[in-house]
Amino acid sequence: MAGSEASAAETPAAPDTVKILIAGGFGVGKTTMVGSVSEIVPLRTEEPLTMAGLGVDDLAGIERKKATTVALDFGRITINDRLVLYLFGTPGQQRFWFMWNDLAVGALGAVVLFDVRRPEASFAAVDFFERRGIPFVVGVNGFDGAHPYPPEEIRDSLALPEGVPVVLCDARERESSRDVLITLLDLLIASAVGGTGSA
Amino acid sequence: MSESDAVAGRLVRPFALTGGRTRPSRACFTLIATVTAVDPPPERAPRPQPEQARILRRCARPVAVAELAALLDLPVSVVVIMLCDLLEAGLITVHPPHPVTDRTLDLDLLQKVRDGLGRL
Repeated sequence: MAGSEASAAETPAAPDTVKILIAGGFGVGKTTMVGSVSEIVPLRTEEPLTMAGLGVDDLAGIERKKATTVALDFGRITINDRLVLYLFGTPGQQRFWFMWNDLAVGALGAVVLFDVRRPEASFAAVDFFERRGIPFVVGVNGFDGAHPYPPEEIRDSLALPEGVPVVLCDARERESSRDVLITLLDLLIASAVGGTGSA
Repeated sequence: MSESDAVAGRLVRPFALTGGRTRPSRACFTLIATVTAVDPPPERAPRPQPEQARILRRCARPVAVAELAALLDLPVSVVVIMLCDLLEAGLITVHPPHPVTDRTLDLDLLQKVRDGLGRL
């Protein structure tokens, strides 16, 4: 920022940051995917549910409640010395996303992970991004790397629009997870090029 | 410390750190905004509280708000309120994330991210 250059000689300049969300139902492999491509061991921050929407006067009795927290796991990929990408594994239940008001705001896009054994677990995430117009790809995380269904069948079961890529992947594998992210970037680039009409 | 003490500690402590406040005074500290300690600190700045000093040590180099919260093992909501105080005291600077809206997808930025992923 313009007003904060006084100490620039001493302190490295803050990089630009962008984020991609890794979404999907509980236990579908979100944190696994974050961990397989992140340059750091995934970090976790927890937000006590009891803090949300409570005024200070409402605190009486909180100490008797179980600590109910919603966790957010995230990783980091340094693109270059001026640009850092963060990957946020979203909480499985969308109703808890309000804990991080800005989670979806300003995201480049999202990966919705899909587990063929529990397809319904990812419906809500697909809905969420469709409704907000946030670009996403579907990553089909095969159990133990197996992929019994072709992508077309999964596309049908999720009633995905034509433009949403479906990629088979193994969230445990760095290259596989990376390729899902690259598919998302290719989608974003294609839509940016198409949107400006410069292609 | 017993399990139940640890649980109580996590719930009570954050409010103590923020003086009972649950809402930040500024909206600039989003999850991937980066904060950096001002070095040297301004002379007129008040002496930081111990938890504030912990934050300042962690952001001697630029660090994202979410990372800071994870490293300090504090909820983001609490760290953000403390960051507001530090910003008002002139002890940190904040760098907003790269602006992203659905209308202004930045082709150059996207290509950089894609190239970076390709190098993984």
